[in-house]
Amino acid sequence: MKENVIILGGGIAGMEAARQLLLLGERPVIVERADHLGGHVADWHRLFPDKSPAEDLLEGLRPGLEGAEIHLGTTVSSLNALKDGYNLTLSDGSKLHGRALLFATGFELFAAERKEEYGYGIYNQVITNRDLERWFNTGKDSRLSGRPLSKIGFVHCVGSRDLKAGNPQCSKVCCMTAIKQAIELKERFPFAEVYCFYMDLRLFGKKYEDFYIGAQRDWGIHFIRGRVSEVAETLDGRVVVKAEDTLSGRPLKVSLDLLVLMAGMLPNPSATALARQIRLDVDDDGFLRSRDNLAGIIASNRPGVFYAGACTGTKTVPETLAEARSAALAIHNYLQDAK
Amino acid sequence: MIYQGKQKIWSDYQKEIPDDHWFYVRSCIRQNFFPASEAYFVKVVRDLLGRDLYETPHHTTCGGIAYHSDTIPQETAMTIVARQFSLMKEAGYKNLVTSCITSFGNYCEILETWREFPELEARIREHLWKACRREFDKPEYVCHASDVIYKLRNEIAARAKFRLVNKETGEPLRVVEHIGCHYNKMFPSKGVGGAEYPYVLCGMVESWGGQVIDYPERRHCCGFGFRQYLVKANRGYSMSNSHKKFESMEPFRPDMIITNCPGCPYFLDRWQYVVAETQGKTYGQGGFGIPVFTYEEVAGLVLGYDPWDLGLQVHQVAPEPLLDKMGVPFNPETKYLGLNKKDILRPSLPSGLKCF
Repeated sequence: MKENVIILGGGIAGMEAARQLLLLGERPVIVERADHLGGHVADWHRLFPDKSPAEDLLEGLRPGLEGAEIHLGTTVSSLNALKDGYNLTLSDGSKLHGRALLFATGFELFAAERKEEYGYGIYNQVITNRDLERWFNTGKDSRLSGRPLSKIGFVHCVGSRDLKAGNPQCSKVCCMTAIKQAIELKERFPFAEVYCFYMDLRLFGKKYEDFYIGAQRDWGIHFIRGRVSEVAETLDGRVVVKAEDTLSGRPLKVSLDLLVLMAGMLPNPSATALARQIRLDVDDDGFLRSRDNLAGIIASNRPGVFYAGACTGTKTVPETLAEARSAALAIHNYLQDAK
Repeated sequence: MIYQGKQKIWSDYQKEIPDDHWFYVRSCIRQNFFPASEAYFVKVVRDLLGRDLYETPHHTTCGGIAYHSDTIPQETAMTIVARQFSLMKEAGYKNLVTSCITSFGNYCEILETWREFPELEARIREHLWKACRREFDKPEYVCHASDVIYKLRNEIAARAKFRLVNKETGEPLRVVEHIGCHYNKMFPSKGVGGAEYPYVLCGMVESWGGQVIDYPERRHCCGFGFRQYLVKANRGYSMSNSHKKFESMEPFRPDMIITNCPGCPYFLDRWQYVVAETQGKTYGQGGFGIPVFTYEEVAGLVLGYDPWDLGLQVHQVAPEPLLDKMGVPFNPETKYLGLNKKDILRPSLPSGLKCF
């Protein structure tokens, strides 16, 4: 009988790894704390750089999961390392044993209210990147309904590359997500002025630069190099944003109908807690530490434990999927060698 | 505005404020600007509410004003502060309460610096011993006097004779609260409510019946900024800061401004006169300005003390419209009578700002 491969996390990394493991003849078991698969991508409307629907990606992954054991709405209460694998007690009281363990635990979105000066949770006109995607998906958000949006701002790097917030790392996807969302808002509100406040733009991937140029040339989106210092509310229910334009060397102030905070990626604290139970190495930034950052990104310091996706650091969707496939193959080889 | 969001932040930034037994240190400048504020702090806290509040005539400046004006190095300020601590030790107190916001910031900054660099604290101990053969203990708690009034706000409300409510309409008075920069911008965790949405004055206003206005330039400095004002050539910059705040708060039609800093009420009060004279613009109703008060003065009004005993006659902006709104009685004939009914002379009236 095949031994379990336990996958912690049912986001796109966990789904793709399970799909590949099934193709390789293995027996994946997914443990997911949410009541549905898809992780953060399930909250997203469209994905850069082609603005392809996030649901299409998930729709492509789901059929390949037939045959996988999936525990939704379930967390891991305890995790023990045994001589022949790993033993888990789940929140419903059941127990699982697996020869191999894959951390596909993803990331946690930075709590934007921690940047108090931006007023998330204080001012109705301030939302996050995730709130905006949900609104794109559902059309429901009392903060956005029934109001024409004529001026919109995006704040990049909210909780990323921010020592005061305790997160020095770049979240990698926010620059492109902000540009994508800015264009999507321009599609809905063609006459709106849209401003992106950035400290620098990290557009490293295929088509990213074209996307950025298009945002300026075709959509007239304004890019202002400078961090927002504070946000306040006006009498007419808008928000005043103060920032410094570091290219012109001048402070600026603009009143906006909507301000979108690009909340960054943080390590998933549940993953860190589980990792500590079996003495997995954790990096200084709080993400799980790969055996090495070049050829061993999916390998851990323990036999039979593998990583995929944003549990080891901030990742894009293609990187996450590639790591999931790589981890599935590595797990298959590990199980073959163990026979 | 999502009020619950603010409440959550306020709950994250609560500080421990002792209930009793304070060693009180006065400000260098407040008794000139707002002569009764400190006296009424002592009167309310010690005489009315029965708390133990001690002060000594041997207390001096904390050195903060000179340090922030770049005229003395921090180690000099530290040695002065060390001497204040030695006075507190001598008197048998462990809870320091400062009248001045800059003193509060200065004490906090020095204690944090000593925590980071204990060798510096050791050197200052040596300096103090060599200079005056004194030794000191660090305070267990450092609070600002507005923290104490915040702590006692409900006791004051229970004794209130007047509330921050318009007696004609029954509506809460619309209050601008302005926090001194050195209260919470240096160490947000040391101020009640933090740096972005401070609660120390909001708590008093709410407790006494008023409504706080959240206007766009709420966080902006009053314009004092030490060298902005102390260097004469920079005073236009000082006034432009205050002007920016007035322009921002004006559409919200505030009835009054409450502050907790020595400089802020002075500048927000006096610059209204300068703006009126130079621009012909006033920010209150009917040609008046927006009255500016210290929190002790507001506590005194709520408790029913005579406005002229509270020193409101030395304000530039006339407080009378606010007294009328609250229903606080006052005698215009005694406005310029000082101690023992001595005539303190009437000031010339400005042409652009309506005053009595």
